[in-house]
Amino acid sequence: MGYSLNIDNMNTVIKKWSESYLIYAPKCFEGGGTFSDTDVVRYGQIENVEEIVFNKKSDFSFKEVLLPISETLFYFTEDSVKEADERKKKAIIFLRSCDLHSVRRLDEIYLNNGFEDYYYKRLRENVKFILLGCKSSFENCFCVDMQTNKVDSYHASIDYDGESFLIDNKCSDFENDFENSFNKKQDVIPSYVTENHVKVNIPDNITLDIIKSKMWDEYDSRCISCGRCNFVCPTCTCFTMQDIFYTDNGKAGERRRVWASCMVDGYTDVAGGGSYRKNNGQRMRFKVLHKVYDYKKRNGYHMCVGCGRCDDICPQYISYSNCINKLENAMKEVNEIES
Amino acid sequence: MKLNHNEYIPFLSEIKEVIKHTDIEYTFRMSYIGNVKPGQFFEVSIPKYGEAPISVSGIGNDTVDLTIRRVGKVTEEVFEKYAGDKLFLRGPYGNGFDVENYKGKELVIIAGGTGLSPVKGIVDYFSQNASEAKSTTLIAGFKSPNDILFTEDFKSWEKNMNVILTVDSAEENSKYNVGLVTQYIPELKFENISEAVAVVVGPPAMMRFSTKGLLDVGFEEKNIWISQERKMCCGIGKCGHCKVDDTYICLDGPVFNYTKGKDLID
Ligand SMILES: Cc1cc2nc3c(=O)[nH]c(=O)nc-3n(C[C@H](O)[C@H](O)[C@H](O)COP(=O)(O)OP(=O)(O)OC[C@H]3O[C@@H](n4cnc5c(N)ncnc54)[C@H](O)[C@@H]3O)c2cc1C
Ligand code: SF4
Ligand code: SF4
Ligand code: FES
Repeated sequence: MGYSLNIDNMNTVIKKWSESYLIYAPKCFEGGGTFSDTDVVRYGQIENVEEIVFNKKSDFSFKEVLLPISETLFYFTEDSVKEADERKKKAIIFLRSCDLHSVRRLDEIYLNNGFEDYYYKRLRENVKFILLGCKSSFENCFCVDMQTNKVDSYHASIDYDGESFLIDNKCSDFENDFENSFNKKQDVIPSYVTENHVKVNIPDNITLDIIKSKMWDEYDSRCISCGRCNFVCPTCTCFTMQDIFYTDNGKAGERRRVWASCMVDGYTDVAGGGSYRKNNGQRMRFKVLHKVYDYKKRNGYHMCVGCGRCDDICPQYISYSNCINKLENAMKEVNEIES
Repeated sequence: MKLNHNEYIPFLSEIKEVIKHTDIEYTFRMSYIGNVKPGQFFEVSIPKYGEAPISVSGIGNDTVDLTIRRVGKVTEEVFEKYAGDKLFLRGPYGNGFDVENYKGKELVIIAGGTGLSPVKGIVDYFSQNASEAKSTTLIAGFKSPNDILFTEDFKSWEKNMNVILTVDSAEENSKYNVGLVTQYIPELKFENISEAVAVVVGPPAMMRFSTKGLLDVGFEEKNIWISQERKMCCGIGKCGHCKVDDTYICLDGPVFNYTKGKDLID
């Protein structure tokens, strides 16, 4: 059902929601940006609709709501463990089409790949998604080529036309909230982009021979293995285990999982000093092929959703979409060597 | 709300016995009741120090053996424990070896160093059920006589199969064969090499040269199995550290048929 709401009515709805939900949306944090003194848009809890940033892409994705940067799994003493409590409230997440597509990727890893993840599942089951429409493409976005520019799997959508909030509601739990506060009923189709400035072409003849291409070498020195590209990515899911203990009682502590990055030193380290993929070029290759080659081999669709945040954030101005566009020539290069 | 199983919460298991092989390699016999296969692994943990994936090196009625090499944070701490103490475990994880693949065949097992742990269950099986394989040969290599593991087990294996125990180097007149495992491969005799099967586990270079040696004497790729090791933080397909190409070593492995294992390029 479609509605149009003015700001006051929209805030009434949000106020109502906040009784039973934690509400997460892209917010502006002043002075927290990548390149000194700039603002950063990242996820936080909101209390009113004015806090939501509609006109910019968030620098970080929503994923920390489902996969906290550091998540306590359990508390321990020397001979006992106690599971960490779960978040008490349900959650609502405002997010764009590309990000909602990435939820399917997170689900794939955390609910399907082998075992079901207890901690992810208990957060995931209590989340509702509100789609933020995209009127036009932002810098570095390439959702159209990744086929993530449109999405149906939202509970409700929201667009802001400068005056009113346009809602398409699909969720029965929200129905009363909108029915009690709308200004107008009207058909609403969430806005989506049909063209991005950035285009990508993922060749379908990629084979593992591409590892031998010279294309990876340039990243050896350009990339500084800082891992920012992984941390902003809405589909990166890796973590490392960490035990910490409380200093006032050395025998009690907790086991956590914390975000990990395949670009950062130590990701593959094994005891005795061994490690795989020492060069940053090899790590770039590992990351890129995961996003647009081997994840698809395993799961049938690409991992990358084309949000372009990795390109936005890279301090070395490395463009991942450019890298994808080099894959075709790289295959030609290695096929020529072979023949 | 329907609650799923929390795979991250470990259970306590008592150390029944500690068997010392070398200064830095002990077998911890742990209480455990449940299904488990050779080549599978457990995540062994000590709160505060962390977790480490460790292969099952022996399977008893109500125990599993974990043969651990002392190399770092967690394993150092495990070595502080005695029989009667407890460790946290979760698992078993991974696919493990399927002995059915080797029944009725001429079987060669090649192990380097601690690589003997994950295959020891197969060696035990065909030692106890010798008639189930057409023939069994174990080639086990260690750095030096002081590094040899499972010396007691070797005595019983020698009665039931062809055992070649070799060390990389030893003092003169030592009672051991001196040489790399690979040099014994060409000397092996087979009735029908195209049907013979092999299992190779050890350090990466040793596995590379041993599989090459087997292929050179006429083994078919599909008749060779290997076991892989990678960094693992979860063991259950979530943390991503063990992924190579589209393969999760912790879920799809660590045991691979060579036709698949050979393509695992990091
Ligand atoms: C499937 C599998 C089976 C294994 N079986 C055995 C075995 O039977 N006996 C044995 O002694 N060792 C085995 N290892 C290696 C063992 O896991 C490492 O030696 C151990 O993790 C070292 O932990 P640490 O904290 O003592 O060392 P540290 O150097 O202090 O820490 C190493 C860090 O790397 C992590 N790590 C994860 N995977 C590995 C790995 N493959 N190798 C090294 N470090 C790793 C550890 O969790 C730890 O965080 C196996 C590894 C794997 C993957
Ligand atoms: S590609 Fe850029 S953001 Fe990613 S690790 Fe390298 S330097 Fe950092
Ligand atoms: S990638 Fe597409 S859906 Fe995502 S923010 Fe950019 S324009 Fe919107
Ligand atoms: S060990 Fe975590 S995914 Fe395999």
